[in-house]
Amino acid sequence: MRSDPSDYQLVAPGSLHDAVSLLAAEPGAWLPIAGGTDVMVQYAAGKLTARKLLSIWNLPELRKIDILPDEIRIGAGCTYTDLREHEFVRRDLPLLASAARWTGGIANQNRGTIGGNIVNASPAADSLPALLVYDAELVLISARGERRLPYFGFHTGYKKTQLLPDELIRSVCLPRRFSTYVSYARKVGARNAQAISKVCIAALGLLSSGAADTPRIEDVRIALGSVAPIPFRLIETEKTIQGKMIDRGLLTLAKQIAGREIRPIDDIRSTARYRAAVAGNLIVEFLARLRATGEQAVEPGAIV
Amino acid sequence: MANDRIIGKPVPRKEGREKVTGQAQYVDDMVLPNMLHGATVRSQVPRGKIKKITFGPGIAWDEFVIVSAKDIPGANCIALIVEDQPCLASEFVNHPEEPILLLAHPDRHVLPKAVAAVSIEYEALPAIFTIDESEQRSEIIWGSDNTFKTYLVEKGNVDLVWEQAAFIVDGEYCTGAQEQLYIENNGMIAAFDPAHGITVWGSLQCPYYVHKALMKLCDLSEAKVRVVQMETGGAFGGKEEYPSMIAGHAALLAMKSGRPVKIIYDRMEDMVATTKRHPSRTRHRTALDKDGKILGGEIDFTIDGGAYATLSSVVLSRGTIHAGGPYYWPSIRIRAKAVATNAPPHGAFRGFGAPQSLFALERHMDRIAQTIGVSPVEIRRRNFLKTGQTTTTDQAVHEPIDLDTLLDRALELSGYAAKRERFVAQNETSTQKKGMGIATFLHGAGFTGSGERYLSSLVAVEGCAEGTVRVLVSSTEFGQGTKTVLSQIVAETLGLRYEDVAVAQPDTVEVPNSGPTVASRTVMVVGKIVQSAAQGIKQTLQAAGLLGDSYSPEEFRAACRNYVSTHGAFRSLARYEAPAGVFWDDAKYRGEAYAAFAWAVYIAEVSVDLTTYGVTVDEFVALQEVGKVLHPILAEGQITGGVAQAIGMTLYEKVIWQNGRMQNAQLTNYIMPTSADLPRIRVFFEELGNVHGAFGAKGIGELPMDGPAPAIVNAVVDALGIPFDSIPLLAEDVFEALTAQASPPGEPQLAGGRR
Amino acid sequence: MTQSPGKKNDGKCELSLEVNGERKMVRVYPMERLLDVLRHEFNLTGTKEGCGEGECGSCSVLMDGALVNSCLVPVLQAEGAAILTIEGLAAHEPSCRMQQTFLECGGAQCGICTPGMIVAAVHLLDKHAQPTLEDIREGLSGNLCRCTGYMQIFEAVMEAARRGPSAKHIP
Repeated sequence: MRSDPSDYQLVAPGSLHDAVSLLAAEPGAWLPIAGGTDVMVQYAAGKLTARKLLSIWNLPELRKIDILPDEIRIGAGCTYTDLREHEFVRRDLPLLASAARWTGGIANQNRGTIGGNIVNASPAADSLPALLVYDAELVLISARGERRLPYFGFHTGYKKTQLLPDELIRSVCLPRRFSTYVSYARKVGARNAQAISKVCIAALGLLSSGAADTPRIEDVRIALGSVAPIPFRLIETEKTIQGKMIDRGLLTLAKQIAGREIRPIDDIRSTARYRAAVAGNLIVEFLARLRATGEQAVEPGAIV
Repeated sequence: MANDRIIGKPVPRKEGREKVTGQAQYVDDMVLPNMLHGATVRSQVPRGKIKKITFGPGIAWDEFVIVSAKDIPGANCIALIVEDQPCLASEFVNHPEEPILLLAHPDRHVLPKAVAAVSIEYEALPAIFTIDESEQRSEIIWGSDNTFKTYLVEKGNVDLVWEQAAFIVDGEYCTGAQEQLYIENNGMIAAFDPAHGITVWGSLQCPYYVHKALMKLCDLSEAKVRVVQMETGGAFGGKEEYPSMIAGHAALLAMKSGRPVKIIYDRMEDMVATTKRHPSRTRHRTALDKDGKILGGEIDFTIDGGAYATLSSVVLSRGTIHAGGPYYWPSIRIRAKAVATNAPPHGAFRGFGAPQSLFALERHMDRIAQTIGVSPVEIRRRNFLKTGQTTTTDQAVHEPIDLDTLLDRALELSGYAAKRERFVAQNETSTQKKGMGIATFLHGAGFTGSGERYLSSLVAVEGCAEGTVRVLVSSTEFGQGTKTVLSQIVAETLGLRYEDVAVAQPDTVEVPNSGPTVASRTVMVVGKIVQSAAQGIKQTLQAAGLLGDSYSPEEFRAACRNYVSTHGAFRSLARYEAPAGVFWDDAKYRGEAYAAFAWAVYIAEVSVDLTTYGVTVDEFVALQEVGKVLHPILAEGQITGGVAQAIGMTLYEKVIWQNGRMQNAQLTNYIMPTSADLPRIRVFFEELGNVHGAFGAKGIGELPMDGPAPAIVNAVVDALGIPFDSIPLLAEDVFEALTAQASPPGEPQLAGGRR
Repeated sequence: MTQSPGKKNDGKCELSLEVNGERKMVRVYPMERLLDVLRHEFNLTGTKEGCGEGECGSCSVLMDGALVNSCLVPVLQAEGAAILTIEGLAAHEPSCRMQQTFLECGGAQCGICTPGMIVAAVHLLDKHAQPTLEDIREGLSGNLCRCTGYMQIFEAVMEAARRGPSAKHIP
């Protein structure tokens, strides 16, 4: 343990209102800490630059999941365990439920929160590609009020977000209109559990109805982690393959465009070449499985 | 009293209850009054001359105890084999993280900032980091030629075989460093007072190694140094030599401050600064006849020892002797060397050179098979050692080991033939390529050659006032079951209940030197001496007329209580006796290298996922002949644990080096297998007995480390049809190799939705 | 949860925790790790530090019934929570099934991962009374063991499940 606890202040206001008031009083002075699975690792390594921390762990206003007719509103303080065990998240947002199951081990799932994951903004984060393909929106709260914005674009650069110094994420809002889509998710890490991803993918696909032997893409959404400085939605690849028939040529084309779109790097965990190759393989696997579902009805909560 | 009343039974682990209730006392659980905490200031350059040390601002330096090399009362070295490694660098540093200064303070939280506030200026010197660079000798960093040790083993006349050979097969094989990754980091507490001298308590394997090192470092007599082993949370060789260093540090701070000092490493410090498995490079050239029988060969075996000699000569020795494996070599030349680089010294790690040379050999056997067009099974059958034949060091195999039949059994247990047939068919169309791989090998237990004679281990068994007996050995428990098995041995020998026997906490003030807890020697060698000592207790009671020829446990206890009440607690000592007919020639490196070999056949079943290039071990069969299984659960646990550690070594654990320093010194980035990663590991034993081991046992602690790497890599080669000759083998390596191939394994396909 | 600053303005605060069924008061810096408070303030040294990064699980405890890595919990966040450590399992049911099966099946070798592993295994049985091998692999994937290769730990958990409900503990 390389930090001295006496150098740090940690306060735990009992309410969201008190938390944002403190942030408003001294913007930028207080670092919010939820489950601590990122902050406390930095702290133990002696690398935490912030000296004043604001605990938002277990605030009731942040730790709830509201089911509305058109959207599911997930409080930013919900843990991965909350997500993976919630009936509606499992059924309507299987990409998010599966990412929650793959993040860390049980102990870290009990403490890590979706809000913390977003704000920590690691490009390798497992849940964030799912938020991208689901067209998530974030509700941000401060003493000045609330604002709602698309999650796409929230990350402005490596570990940088649009969050202002006096703001917290209040909730993550996910539309409930993807239940007819085929869901595909996969995480590639150095081992089967407790691994930071080398590449991870979340994808949704919808085939147009009609001739079953020439399945055509009606809508496709693909996002990857660990292939760019931010969680990455493959807009170019999606545009290129939208509306087309899934045949061998399309798989090769998708791989090609994706390869040009993503920007993986060499780092301590893996290499750019490997990431690029695996990303391409995962996209091909997704499209092949999408094609194979044909006219079958999608089972709620299923991942192909 | 028949054997196998307690031997061979799954008696409860002696210290098990304390472990499962959280009561077991590890060094960090212990607190002494007035205790300080210690920390180490370490080199940030791989090689250089220390120019200036500055104690920076913002720290209340007068509150700290500061120790440098100048404070060392005795010799500034960690005594082991060669005395080249300083306890604290004074003028030169030779590896990153080399210890330079020690700090102590009552508040452990202020130490990291203080360590960071010490700035050291160096005059950098050119540093070398690989075996190749070391061999080139453009920079000499150790001795006159960067070479810690060499060995030459010669049998027959290998220069004559090349002309007659129908086949000559070459290969080069490499293994990387591996971190022992005991879950309990290194730690030590030291206390000093002028009357009694130094006492240290710590996480360690070899109390007398630490004892010897402290005597020399602190200039204290034997009686003025006391070493006590605390419950030790895993060791695997990583706590064989390193504890002498951290004990030395704690002792120096204790001597200077007059207060007890505790030093506990955090995970990052432990990983960057302490020993790892020696990286290796092995080159084979083998001559075979038209039937694939070995005529002879040359093996060039080189290990990277890091910056100081430490135990490299002994690791080299074991690796050299195992380099020929379980095969008959009519002639051979093995040239072995250990070379220096500017990395923290590499050290003991389960297997101790044998996993390295056996990886090379078993990969090479498959290469030979492929080259000459026979199966991996057949090439081994044609070359197995048979009873009466001699090993590479001219040791005759006396026991009736039948490796052919052992191989048959392993093949049957693993379903090898049927699975291979199925896999060859499936692999045509599947994106999961499957393969099977074999490794056949041996492992010699006990110290090499004359080592056991040199150790001259001494043990004691004591009769106690309650009528129970106590075993006094310096052999330590660190999970492998020392306390349990030695208790079984004594209980069986004396006809006592298991509960009537205890093993004393290893404390040099009390226990004799039964040698280090290494080399898979504790059950086999020390256990046998303990048996003798136990018999001595019985003889004493019988001679006193208190015990008949046969008796019940209650009668024994009564007799013992009786004797103690009259004479006081009494001890029976016994010393190692070299078995007749075991001779080793150190000069020619020939003869009986080990009193006993255990033999094994391991078979791995793997899948390679062509989407992710990841290799998974799907199932693993570990079959070994071990003399006798003294405790079925402990024995099985040693095998599954060793196989798991070796799977880690093969597929997961990579040390990423930069200028001699480990870059991934955190558990997030140094990857060991979790419960979700390991296959079913199926363990099977055979028992041929062993006249040189307690109740017929052979050492098994290290054996399971030797086989998995080559078995797994052979299986990957089987699955993909391309060679891999280096470990660790990561998905990125599989990807690069497949990409480099002329024709990639297939384009995207659509039939049925999956390939 | 509110912070109650101590009388002396040294940054420490008075916190109330329930540990193994007992209410305890402690005066500590709010950013002390729960792991260190358990070990140093309460002398409950059964919970171990293996990595300080939340990777090895040796520091696992139950916090309000949920498995957590105590090295990653600032003690202020544990205020008012019910903490259960390995000592709590031992104290409240001497024949705690899991500890017994670990003993019988060889689930503990060097013992350093054992307290965290047993806490994680008890937590697993709380959620899955009859876990499959896959459930066990997943449930223990945050607890590293270097000695056993996990096989005998799986057996110990399966056997504990076979023998009935998990040890009664303070929720």
